[in-house]
Amino acid sequence: MRLDDVKKQILNSQIWKSVFRHDYKDTQRNRFLQILDNVFLHLHPTRVPRHAVHYGYTWGMGGITFFLFLVLTVTGVVLMFYYRPTAEYAYADMLYLKHDVPFGMFMRNMHRWAAHAMVITTWLHMLRVFMTGSYKPPREFNWMVGVILLVLTLLLSFTGYLLPWDQLAIWAVTVGTNMARATPLLGHEGPFSSMLGFRPDNDVRFMLLGGTIVGPPALLRFYVLHCIFLPLAASVLMAVHFWRIRKDGNISSPMESEWKAVQSEEIARRKMADKTAAPASKPVSAGTPE
Amino acid sequence: MDNFLKILSKPDNIPIVIALVLVAFYTLWGYKQALVNDRAIRETGQLPPPDKLSVWPYLVRTEFIGAIVVMLILTVWSIVLNAPLEEPANPTKTPNPSKAPWYFLGLQEMLVYFDPWIAGVVLPSLIIVGLMAIPYIDLNPRGNGYYSWEHRKFAHASFQFGFVVLWLVLIFWGTFMRGPGWYFFWPWQYWDPHKIVALTNVDLHEWFGIRHQPAMTIFGMTLVGAYFSLGFVFWKWKNKTSYVLQQLGAVRYGIVAFLFLSMMGLPIKMFLRLAFNIKYVCVTPWFNI
Repeated sequence: MRLDDVKKQILNSQIWKSVFRHDYKDTQRNRFLQILDNVFLHLHPTRVPRHAVHYGYTWGMGGITFFLFLVLTVTGVVLMFYYRPTAEYAYADMLYLKHDVPFGMFMRNMHRWAAHAMVITTWLHMLRVFMTGSYKPPREFNWMVGVILLVLTLLLSFTGYLLPWDQLAIWAVTVGTNMARATPLLGHEGPFSSMLGFRPDNDVRFMLLGGTIVGPPALLRFYVLHCIFLPLAASVLMAVHFWRIRKDGNISSPMESEWKAVQSEEIARRKMADKTAAPASKPVSAGTPE
Repeated sequence: MDNFLKILSKPDNIPIVIALVLVAFYTLWGYKQALVNDRAIRETGQLPPPDKLSVWPYLVRTEFIGAIVVMLILTVWSIVLNAPLEEPANPTKTPNPSKAPWYFLGLQEMLVYFDPWIAGVVLPSLIIVGLMAIPYIDLNPRGNGYYSWEHRKFAHASFQFGFVVLWLVLIFWGTFMRGPGWYFFWPWQYWDPHKIVALTNVDLHEWFGIRHQPAMTIFGMTLVGAYFSLGFVFWKWKNKTSYVLQQLGAVRYGIVAFLFLSMMGLPIKMFLRLAFNIKYVCVTPWFNI
């Protein structure tokens, strides 16, 4: 009895009511308000087609990818407290994280596995969107944004790969960035670049690494790209991506317009078939006056 | 086989196995739904518009459970498996083989068949541009917003060929079958760092007795030009009778043909190399293809 009184006291207090506008009343209006009045949830529409809730349609991959991005942001910030992006300290800080920092290795593991997982879920998300034809009008632009986000995901993973500053890191990044020297026109080993005066110490790879090999300047550059530039760029594009889902008519579903388009396509196809068949019948009709 | 298992169980290679299993699982699941939808459309001509549910609680609930499951998987994964940390970076000690991160190993494997400017720069750029172009070159109104296969066969086939065969299989190949010196090893073979393979590669023009410039350039450029003009030939052949081609129009068709032929260039070049040891089909003073 007394516990209920306390509960009632709390739920009716000014503080509680100022924070939580709605309770769990099971009415249509209340369900809508739960979504509309919450800054995080109002990313959603208030109602969605039934298949959007069914896991088999979306596989949840877009949402999982976003969730992994959040996990990576949190674990990444924790790691930043312990890690210095200079050649003198980077590897020592990795050992420090591994052996001395409480849950340091756990944080690093989670950051690395979530990063790998995010690469996979981004691919799967793209596969799902392709298989359901969700890139078709009116969602063409959002597909393009998605492709750029896919590239940013790979670049985020790639720039992070260098940061442990161990043998695995620098040689993987060396192999990857060596491709830049073969860029046509802009890389010193690429076709036609010598005509433009590109050398190992002034080409596009030099700009990326801040040197002719993967050295300390490359470590700092990749760190800044990894922690600041790429996450910011991805965040902006994610905002656009999510916004456009809403503006392009929420989740894709079978549309009335498709069956109409299919019908008019059938008519156009038949007309074309008649036209291509026409030459055979032409001599006959030529004799009859129009 | 021990060698294969050792590489397979490297912590950074676990994601490849996970990716392959997940892609197989979800692809099959997607096509299963596609067949159901195809049958419904064949019978009734269209899919009924879906009814709606309120997001609170039905979608929010699913998302919440999804987040917990992902967090659970990540936690267990992070407890069971440690992220790799090798010796400190040493620019004077090159490991053999040196490999890029696993998701780029398909590109690294392409280096066997093409020079770096194609495999490392042009083809990756074409992949990105080609993906972005998909909504603008696929004018088929069917299959928008549901799984389907019957009326989108070409779109499905070319996407899956690019994604599954050229991207995922090459990643698998580059990771597990390429050992020291980037030589090919079967899974049951030991990665012998002293393996020697005789260099028997020839350029295609040598087959025809052409050994001097500029004949080599003319021969090679003609061959590459002829390959890409296949798109033009197909246009001339089918344009009159094909509704799809007429819808596309010359410019869009040109882009489709170029992207498609560029993609098919990779398996063709792989076949020429693996079956006939052909290194280049086109040798010029400035670049080789």
